[in-house]
Amino acid sequence: MSLPKLGNSSSTTSADNVKAEVFSSLSIKEMEEIAKRLRRHIITMTGKAGSGHPGGSLSAVEIVTVVYCRLLRHKPSDPQWSDRDRFVLSKGHAAPLLYAALAECGYFPVDELLTLRQMDSRLQGHTDRAVTPGVEMSAGALGQGLSFTIGITLAGRLNSQDYRAYVLLGDGECDEGQIWEGAMAAAHFKVDNLTAIVDNNRQQIDGWNRDVMNLDPFNSKWLAFGWHVIEVDGHDFTQLIDAFNQAKMVKGQPTVIIAHTIKGKGVSFMENNPYFHGKAPNAEEVEIALKELE
Amino acid sequence: MRQSYGKTLVELGNENPDIVVLDADLSRSTMTQLFAGEFPNRFFDCGIAEQNMVGIAAGLAASGKIPFASTFAVFAPGRCFDQIRMSIAQPKLNVKLVTTHGGISVGEDGTSHHSIEDLSLICSLPGFTVIVPADAIETAQAVRVAATSYGPFYVRLCRPKVPLVYDQDYRFNLGKAVTMRQGKDVTIIAMGLMVSAALEAADDLMREDIDCHILNISTLKPIDKVAIISAAAETGAIVTAEEHLEHGGLGSIIAQVIARHYPVPIEFVAIKDTYAQSGESAELLQRYGLTAKDIKQAVRSVIKRKGG
Ligand SMILES: Cc1ncc(C[n+]2csc(CCOP(=O)(O)OP(=O)(O)O)c2C)c(N)n1
Repeated sequence: MSLPKLGNSSSTTSADNVKAEVFSSLSIKEMEEIAKRLRRHIITMTGKAGSGHPGGSLSAVEIVTVVYCRLLRHKPSDPQWSDRDRFVLSKGHAAPLLYAALAECGYFPVDELLTLRQMDSRLQGHTDRAVTPGVEMSAGALGQGLSFTIGITLAGRLNSQDYRAYVLLGDGECDEGQIWEGAMAAAHFKVDNLTAIVDNNRQQIDGWNRDVMNLDPFNSKWLAFGWHVIEVDGHDFTQLIDAFNQAKMVKGQPTVIIAHTIKGKGVSFMENNPYFHGKAPNAEEVEIALKELE
Repeated sequence: MRQSYGKTLVELGNENPDIVVLDADLSRSTMTQLFAGEFPNRFFDCGIAEQNMVGIAAGLAASGKIPFASTFAVFAPGRCFDQIRMSIAQPKLNVKLVTTHGGISVGEDGTSHHSIEDLSLICSLPGFTVIVPADAIETAQAVRVAATSYGPFYVRLCRPKVPLVYDQDYRFNLGKAVTMRQGKDVTIIAMGLMVSAALEAADDLMREDIDCHILNISTLKPIDKVAIISAAAETGAIVTAEEHLEHGGLGSIIAQVIARHYPVPIEFVAIKDTYAQSGESAELLQRYGLTAKDIKQAVRSVIKRKGG
């Protein structure tokens, strides 16, 4: 299992939960619990830090839960294990979500989550692969993760390694030209060991995508670039799992899973509220949010 | 230089299966095509998409490969500075950017293709090693050293053939300035094609009884402070010579070392705050002040300041 057994105190860490090679298969019910736990971490971490990005972290909770509970072959005790599957967070501002998942997997103590964004913490405001165990890519400047992941998958192919790589993109992030350079190249190089997931919460900082910079028709853009495209409800575990399984079967082309999500999902006053894109909850809001997430 | 780069890549490719090469639709000019011909599976033409190329190179490096990524110096770092910064420099990944067509000696293609800001940009990135070889022999050596030293490297080559300043026995020593000539009156610190111009200038100046010390500073970063400080101490005056804007390149870096450790008069042979234009390589170097003649003038004026 990649995550501690439910009911374990989440502050006991790594060692007990680490298996030589982790393929985990939590039930959907268990994953729902994990998702809630990740959401609570996101709220408490950003609340404590007084800054950070709760909105786009909350929207991708189910995606990341499925990735770490069902998908990745990895060893939290050996983050550099060369045959591991890779999860690349391109939208690096969702770092709180990734940190929460990594801590729950045992890459570092759960208690450490409360050091987010503090001086000398391993948990930087945006992901930094040089300091945080389990973080594959330094991110924060949007648009760069797909290219990076193509490099990972090409290396795997050259080495005849059978790992897969997953990259999580924001929909707003897809305004960046480099994403489409990468989309073209991934199809050209036929990296079928790569799966991109778009956290399609339809919002960016200045508001709704359709008002800021329209991405539609989004699905057919990816199709036209030569990708296999799957659309799912990004908060539905069954749909996500099916989509990831389908992606593994696709040969000769990369797959993108467009996951329809709600920004701020799970906390009533954050849902679809661009205000909480890059704004941490205050003490009172933390309290209300945690109550909602009991 | 470019030919030498291409050939060295092929040698490295034979020696190490982890060497991979990327290009952005310029493989015939950068000469990565030599590698592509030998190792098609380990060569990735990324098309005209430099940002993506840099990102792919970073991902390859993060997975244990040693990627060499090439294009014209004007497009990397120029076109993909943020990608180099975040995907390569910040995580200190083992990517080798080898760019060709540095400076204005590119010639007729004009200002859009003249790379006169690249060294300033790339030297600003913490952790990057920056090398500007002086000839084809040093190019081969520097590329080898880049392949075998961990970390991000930028190697800048120029388009035209340049005279050899070294023989085959030369061994490039990373981070060490090379004394090309001993002298006592002034030190010329040069890099790239300005090294041969400096040698030519020194010969002429000898006739005026000016004895020039010459350093080839092929590793621009990290800079060889020791060599610079002792040259300042021994000769009491410095002239820098580079095919780059005066601001932010070799001259700026040397001036900082000198100001901090051993202040002596210093003059700068470099492109002033301007863009050039189309023209033949030699004409451009002449017009924009990058010849032996310009070095000689700078030497004379720095020696005057030294005396005063
Ligand atoms: C290159 C770049 N430009 C601007 C920003 C500032 N920024 C951070 S998050 C964000 C919006 C991202 O929107 P989206 O990708 O949809 O993420 P999500 O809504 O899921 O949080 C912006 C503009 C950045 N980090 N990088």
